Amino acid sequence: MTVTPTPVGTGTVLALRGVSKRFGAVQALKNIELDVRAGEVLALVGDNGAGKSTLVKTIAGVYTADDGTMVFDGREVRVGSPAEAQQLGIATVFQDLALCDNLDVVANLYLGRELRKGRVLDEVEMERSSWELLRQLSAKIPSVRIPVASLSGGQRQTVAIARSLLGDPKVVMLDEPTAALGVAQTAEVLNLVERLRERGLAVILISHNMADVMAVADRVAVLRLGRNNGVFTVSETKTQDIIAAITGATDNAVSERAARRTQQEGTPS
Amino acid sequence: MTTPVDKAPVQDTVPEATNGGAVLPADLQDERLIASHGISGAVSAFTARLRSGDLGSVPVVVGLVIIWAVFQIANSNFLSSRNLVNLTLQTTSVGVIAIGIVLVLLLGEIDLSVGSVSGLAAALLGVTFVNEGWPLVLSLIAGVVLGLVIGLFYGALYNRFGVPSFVITLAGLLGFLGLQLLVLGKEGSLNLPFDSVLVGFATRSFLSPALAYGLVAAVVVVYVLTRLRGRGARAAAGLSSAPTSMIAIKAGALAVVLLVPVMVLNSDRGVSSMFVLFLALVVATDFAIRKTRWGRSVLAVGGNVEAARRAGINVRFIYLSVFAACSTFAAVGGLLAAARLVAVNQSSGGGDTNLNAIAAAVIGGTSLFGGRGSAYSALLGALVIMSISNGLALLSLDSSVRYMVTAGVLLVAVTIDSLSRRSRQAHGRA
Repeated sequence: MTVTPTPVGTGTVLALRGVSKRFGAVQALKNIELDVRAGEVLALVGDNGAGKSTLVKTIAGVYTADDGTMVFDGREVRVGSPAEAQQLGIATVFQDLALCDNLDVVANLYLGRELRKGRVLDEVEMERSSWELLRQLSAKIPSVRIPVASLSGGQRQTVAIARSLLGDPKVVMLDEPTAALGVAQTAEVLNLVERLRERGLAVILISHNMADVMAVADRVAVLRLGRNNGVFTVSETKTQDIIAAITGATDNAVSERAARRTQQEGTPS
Repeated sequence: MTTPVDKAPVQDTVPEATNGGAVLPADLQDERLIASHGISGAVSAFTARLRSGDLGSVPVVVGLVIIWAVFQIANSNFLSSRNLVNLTLQTTSVGVIAIGIVLVLLLGEIDLSVGSVSGLAAALLGVTFVNEGWPLVLSLIAGVVLGLVIGLFYGALYNRFGVPSFVITLAGLLGFLGLQLLVLGKEGSLNLPFDSVLVGFATRSFLSPALAYGLVAAVVVVYVLTRLRGRGARAAAGLSSAPTSMIAIKAGALAVVLLVPVMVLNSDRGVSSMFVLFLALVVATDFAIRKTRWGRSVLAVGGNVEAARRAGINVRFIYLSVFAACSTFAAVGGLLAAARLVAVNQSSGGGDTNLNAIAAAVIGGTSLFGGRGSAYSALLGALVIMSISNGLALLSLDSSVRYMVTAGVLLVAVTIDSLSRRSRQAHGRA
């Protein structure tokens, strides 16, 4: 099946065109189209099994797509491994954060890419730039010399996000960053997401929480059963319309229009 | 604490937190940070750490003091300088083996075969040096390389097949004991020439008093200089740094901790060269764990393998290198034990060598659960284990009592480890 590529607009950092992924007999993703622009938060929503995680893992290089193309920064790329994605400038914060509880914040931030003076770790420079980074994010971490285990859920999430920024990425994907957090901590993380946007990064936010999505996202891409089910601009959309698109209720105008539009974009010519 | 989402202020500039006009260091600006200034602050921070279950080496130091006091009361010769010199000689080989155990424990793994590997290395030394007439250096290198190869073999098995380390090394415990008996052959016992350099090093070589005091002075000076340099670097980076009084107190404490034993040992034969080698290995390992990328990776793998892997750490190399280092330390410990006993036989590295080394690492405060520990626990733990052994021998109690007492101490140490781990989790310091 051939897909006419939709032209990649200006400001678009990452564009997926006709991305498909099968697991055995299951079509996990079919003809996914996605545009992510610099300085915007794109929320990726959908029911369980809609293909959100598969899509994130495909972009992050954990899976390779069976079909379709990925355009990053104006050129077509193939991402074969998570390391390749990171080198390109696509950082992913997975749901389990992957922090070492026994190490302090500085050690976690620089894990695997420690700064050194000769052969010896340069703790002073790492601590200094950790503070610099955390201050830029207005992160609320009392001390960077305490083990990560003693941080709250929101602070741990902050450390994980800050770590993803060290490689100077262009796209940051956050997989359910607020899933396990309380009210105040969720707000902290959402502040952080906004700060990433202010830094000019493209942010892909996966979330089940519609309140969070409406609070920070600029656009919302809905996946349903492995297909695009509409892209909404948050400022012009009501929560109910997005929920309708997620659950597949077709008797509303917005989701019908959106579905028609994506179909037009995605059909063979 | 948090600003509402829709009006989060943009803060591009670092807010200059001030305290009485002076700019606070970057790491002390958070108002929630419990300030601890000066010496009283350091003391209160230390007690707070203890209360939360982050015990470090405090239990083992307390335990050592109690053990020494008890034995001194039971037999006034225990703390005599003559016996303490013996204690340093006895501690070395178990201590060197325990350094390797500390490394595998940091990964949350175990090596049960260190005794057998040390015995096999000693057997190889005996057969090549005494029977085959190899040059001493070549025999020593052969023993060390043997340990290295065994460790690489363990690491490869672990990485390739994912067999739990305690099973691999349990097989090694038996297998290499068999190989040791095979290497020694029918005689089963070899005496090393008493006048060889190796035996001289392990039994008769002591630092001259001047050299020993000179070393102490050098260590203290190096400590002060590194602290001052580190302080300058931190100040230049806008971070808080320890006050001069604190550095002076710590340097003074270090000087006392080093000087008193040296003075006591010097009133007998002196500081054993072999013991100094052990101390050097401990310091070098501690440096490798705390100050190098490799050591940081070891701690990360011990804390969370998956996180380490995703951070791009070569996890397989870390396992391979740590198993190799552990077996190499075991081989070195075996060679030193053979040199001190001036003999190699079928029971070299047998008996309680294995469990003494493992117990030393755990008693010293290295966690069985991975990710926490220090090379110094090998030193402290080996001192505890060998003090018990030495003290009971002075009281002419036989190995039946020694085994039971050592087992009790090990049990207490492991219980403290588990309890403090639980407490750390409750206090958020895991």
